[in-house]
Amino acid sequence: MTTAAAIAQPPVPIRGGLARFARRNPTIVIGGAMLLLMVCIAVLAPWISGDPFTVSPADRLRPPSFSDFFASGKIDRFGTDNLGRDIFARTVHGTRISLMVGISVALLATLIGLGIGLVAGYFRLVDAIVMRVMDALMAIPSILLAIALVALTGGGIAIVIAAITVPDIPRVVRLVRSVVLTVRERPYIDAAVSVGSPSRKIILRHILPSTIGPLIVQATYICASAILVEAGLSFLGAGVPPEIPTWGNMIAQSRLFLARAPWTIFAPGICLALVVLSINLLGDGLRDRLDPRLARRM
Amino acid sequence: MTETAPILEVLDLRTHFFTQDGVTRAVDGVSFSLAPGETLGIVGESGCGKSVTALSILRLLPPKLSRIVGGRVVFEGTDLLTLHEPAMREIRGNRIAMIFQEPMTSLNPVLTIGEQIAEAVRIHQGASRKEALARAVEMLKLVRIPDAERRVGDYPHQFSGGMRQRVMIAMALSCNPKLLLADEPTTALDVTVQKQILRLMLELKERIGSAVILITHDLGVIAETAKRVVVMYAGRVVEQAEVTALFDAPLHPYTRGLMASIPRLKHNRTRRLAEIPGIVPDLRTPIPGCAFAPRCPLATDRCREAAPSLDDHGGGHFAACWEAGRA
Repeated sequence: MTTAAAIAQPPVPIRGGLARFARRNPTIVIGGAMLLLMVCIAVLAPWISGDPFTVSPADRLRPPSFSDFFASGKIDRFGTDNLGRDIFARTVHGTRISLMVGISVALLATLIGLGIGLVAGYFRLVDAIVMRVMDALMAIPSILLAIALVALTGGGIAIVIAAITVPDIPRVVRLVRSVVLTVRERPYIDAAVSVGSPSRKIILRHILPSTIGPLIVQATYICASAILVEAGLSFLGAGVPPEIPTWGNMIAQSRLFLARAPWTIFAPGICLALVVLSINLLGDGLRDRLDPRLARRM
Repeated sequence: MTETAPILEVLDLRTHFFTQDGVTRAVDGVSFSLAPGETLGIVGESGCGKSVTALSILRLLPPKLSRIVGGRVVFEGTDLLTLHEPAMREIRGNRIAMIFQEPMTSLNPVLTIGEQIAEAVRIHQGASRKEALARAVEMLKLVRIPDAERRVGDYPHQFSGGMRQRVMIAMALSCNPKLLLADEPTTALDVTVQKQILRLMLELKERIGSAVILITHDLGVIAETAKRVVVMYAGRVVEQAEVTALFDAPLHPYTRGLMASIPRLKHNRTRRLAEIPGIVPDLRTPIPGCAFAPRCPLATDRCREAAPSLDDHGGGHFAACWEAGRA
């Protein structure tokens, strides 16, 4: 009777389910929420902040003022920089670059690496050649590659994304390949071969799903590191063109006025740390849930 | 007994494994044939080459490690060993299907069982996803999975070992194969479930009209199910006979040893169970004489020097033993 009653009960309400999920996976929920907030800020940047480009010599290096934070036209919420530009607006707009670079690099590196890794892991002949190429790619430092590419092409966000993606691909390839190598020895792969499945089908239907868990985890780490590398490149002046506000070039500029106007570095610095932290929290939480055996590789 | 063209003829099959320590002659000159609809049992202890024989027929062995170095596997008139891989894929799962030993690991944990049964149907019969899933439900009903319509969307971990083996049978029979290779299909199961699975397999085999090669180390299973039996030892066939002839009068000392080591209810409890002394020989070193000679109570010098051929001792009862007459 009690079992019948238990079965008849309606499913757990969403709210209770969410609360329990949060209690069991605090890092996923906290990291995810912070990241979601950042994504919202990036998407809504033009509507929640002013113009990041307006130069206003009269307002140079104004300290932050938190009175009347949401008043329109107010430029000193986070203070102003050495050209009198609104740091709040610049920081909010910088979120776009950081997240765009991070997410694009993570997606590109993961997808390209997945394709190469699946083929290399399954076809042993391809493997030897591909892995040597990957070893060579892995030896390229992304910052140097980016500087070289920017010097050659004149820069731009696409170049930055490409330069950061290329050295990350081998990490994904190695991860995917290692999963393929273990999964392909499982009896169910033999069983799939024994019903006449072609290689393409075995790879895509039987092996690919097993790589998704570790891949998602790896993608979060790539995303976080790409954001840091982009900031580093902007800091060095080798990233996106300097007139576009990024956290990296904001930090680079504030360096000169650090003693007089320390607030100029706070907003971009804290935002950078928070985004990377939120992505890493999310990644750690996902790793614990999806792939407990995978040690952190970055 | 009328002579019909055999559906499968294995002739002098030799499969060797090339390892760092040398060449292992896992299957060393195995021959047998199978009539359409017949059930053939292959018995032998672990490592005697039973599974490798089955895998060789379907060419499923790892290509780098192993090679079929000789012999022919003639299925419906074509030698499978000379076929190209795409042609071989056409046969696998369609004309010849296989059931593996481990129902726990032979199903992909991330795909529903319906999708896995449907896979062969889609590949070989060009069925749409929907048609293939309908066929999967039909097959699940056939192997008596209750509530098949609902269970078709379940994942392997939601099934017990016996149920999973039923699913494997459903998968193997989904394209009505002419030959079913069952490699220890009941070894991993409970004794009570074993019998159900065997009965089910044989019943469905009759309905579909496929021939079965049943590989096992369990003589009890063979006695209940097979019509003819091949006894293997160290990669060779040592005896081959109709099941009743084999159990009534085993000719090869190895077969006799196997039968003596089955516990019997009538024996008094104090008697120790008979065993075959010694261990299976190392297959990396060539054996000049009879492979069983070192463990054989009847072995003579001739046994150690020259390998006996598989000779007919009357009524289709073959044995490879110099001393077969000395029972």
